[in-house]
Amino acid sequence: MTTLTERKLTTQKAIAEAIAQEMEADESVFVMGEDVGVYGGIFGATEGLLDRFGPDRVMDTPISETGFIGAAIGAAINGMRPIAELMFVDFFGVCMDQIYNNMAKIHYFSGGNVKVPMVLTTACGGGYSDAGQHSQTLWGMFAHLPGMKVVVPSNPYDAKGLMIAAIRDDNPVVYMFHKGVLGLGWMTPNPRAIGPVPEEPYTVPLGKAAVAREGTDVSVVTVGLTVHRALDAAETLEAKGISTEVVDLRSLVPLDREAIVASVRKTHRLLVVDEDYRSFGMTGEVITTAIEGAFDYLDAPPARIAVPDVPIPYSRPLEQFVLPDADKIVAGVEALMAG
Amino acid sequence: MEIPRDDLVAMYAAMVKIRYFEERIREIYLDDKLPAFDIAAGRIPGEMHLAAGQEPVAVGVMPHLKDGDAITATHRPHHIAIAQGVDLQQMAAEIFGKDTGLGHGKGGHMHLFSIHPEFGCSGIIAEGMPVAVGAALAFKKQGSDNVALSFFGDGAANQGAFHESLNLAALWNLPVVFICEDNRYAISVPKEASTAIADNSDRASAYGMPGVLVPDNDPVAVYEVAREAIARARDGGGPSLIEVETDRLWGHFEGDMDAYRSDEFKAAMAERDPMKTYPARLLSEGVLTPEEQEQLIKEAHAAVDEAIAFAESSPYPRPEDALLHVFA
Repeated sequence: MTTLTERKLTTQKAIAEAIAQEMEADESVFVMGEDVGVYGGIFGATEGLLDRFGPDRVMDTPISETGFIGAAIGAAINGMRPIAELMFVDFFGVCMDQIYNNMAKIHYFSGGNVKVPMVLTTACGGGYSDAGQHSQTLWGMFAHLPGMKVVVPSNPYDAKGLMIAAIRDDNPVVYMFHKGVLGLGWMTPNPRAIGPVPEEPYTVPLGKAAVAREGTDVSVVTVGLTVHRALDAAETLEAKGISTEVVDLRSLVPLDREAIVASVRKTHRLLVVDEDYRSFGMTGEVITTAIEGAFDYLDAPPARIAVPDVPIPYSRPLEQFVLPDADKIVAGVEALMAG
Repeated sequence: MEIPRDDLVAMYAAMVKIRYFEERIREIYLDDKLPAFDIAAGRIPGEMHLAAGQEPVAVGVMPHLKDGDAITATHRPHHIAIAQGVDLQQMAAEIFGKDTGLGHGKGGHMHLFSIHPEFGCSGIIAEGMPVAVGAALAFKKQGSDNVALSFFGDGAANQGAFHESLNLAALWNLPVVFICEDNRYAISVPKEASTAIADNSDRASAYGMPGVLVPDNDPVAVYEVAREAIARARDGGGPSLIEVETDRLWGHFEGDMDAYRSDEFKAAMAERDPMKTYPARLLSEGVLTPEEQEQLIKEAHAAVDEAIAFAESSPYPRPEDALLHVFA
């Protein structure tokens, strides 16, 4: 009997490997953004790329998000496949016109004639007291606006496969990595941020959710770091005799509505967990999807846990109060089961 | 440097085509809406920004373009698209919201996109400027000698995107030419009330690139300055900024009462209308005979009439086609 030793990578290294492999395979792929060169990206998404591909293909930009994201659009229209990094998603306010009015609409305005194959990578999420302009997730807002795919990986395997799929996609893809899933040495250690990643290139299709854990009593549907929180909660709940299914959406656009409906039809109970703001966001969309597709299967009103419509506060007890965590998910599931 | 006769005549022919196109669009636009103006009514609904008077800026540049060059333009895009040679029938059909339009009716007159020649425009001020920088970046990476041109108005020079674009283009030494159509008004606000310096061309010095002011709304003057800037960009010499003082003869949009500009100002514009001054010069210098002029006008009008007839007779898209083309 042989023992297979699987190679393990952090999510951050899996992202950087995916970009490197696509740059190797396709001359038209290049990276631009603030501190993507010598620094390797503030969150390491472009680690090692400058040494390997040089400054023409790994371009440090000025702090000029409108300029370089707009330039990525122009390059994408002209035969390139740029990856532009918006350092923190919170910074979208200085450049959103290029993202939602231009990048996301040109294909539509052109009646399908012009393609804009680019990836906009961005770091998101809180939990480490970085205060209200460096801790938001905001994916619900991007997903609300038509014309861009929105991808949110939760683990190393998906991060690599989704990145390769995003680069090869002919549409603009916003690739949002939660800082808490990257496995960075300077963040709180997270054992779920490291995992097996095949060396060869592979894709994870955009728009396909994953059942991160099978269960029969309740569905917890979520994305990003709260997938980890839900998996932690599921272990606690199992000890209490509750079988929890955890659905990792992996992308908000396209949204895998079939997977949501299938899980709810199986378990008859739904808790949606989101690190984004509660109102007008992902939780409402997922619950509506469940009601539209599985209303008769529901044994209890769907429930949700999300940031309670306040900016992310700085002080640790304040921030921890507003963010979803495993304890809140356990309590939420128990309340659902009692209902 | 001598200007070839063909270029002098081609510029005039394009001007005639542009002016007549704008006149026809204006006539059809207003015809359906008066006496009680309803912006949603008629064969051409929505906002309509026409470029009568600004023809020299567009036609002076185009003789220097070659296949594969890219243009980004503004909410007032027709003159530039026509001068570049964007398909006139498909463009007219897009303005009429027809299925045969450049974007199958999804964009309208502010969102015209063509692949050959490469043209795009936008309803957001200065939005196209970084895109032109990116097109130029792609050309440089691909080793081609194509250039990108970004047209924008004097109002756009106060947007952040203007400054970010000039900085990036200069920093990366990109083959892009920025062309400011200075018609002195950002809708109703005069340039002196919005802009801290007299000439936007002076802003080029802040980014270490050449900046040239063309004080006359004259195709020949634009031609000469554009020739040098485009040749420099094509030869790897980097970006430059051209500012042309031009005239928007009509309102910001059709239906604009234009009360913010004095009668004297409007009379002066009419007096110096390039559609009068330029052909007068061609005729007096013997570049063009009256017979040739007549023939040229006939052909230009016929092309426009044909394009508009094509647009009028084309079918609308199916309503449910609204759901197509969000993603490739």
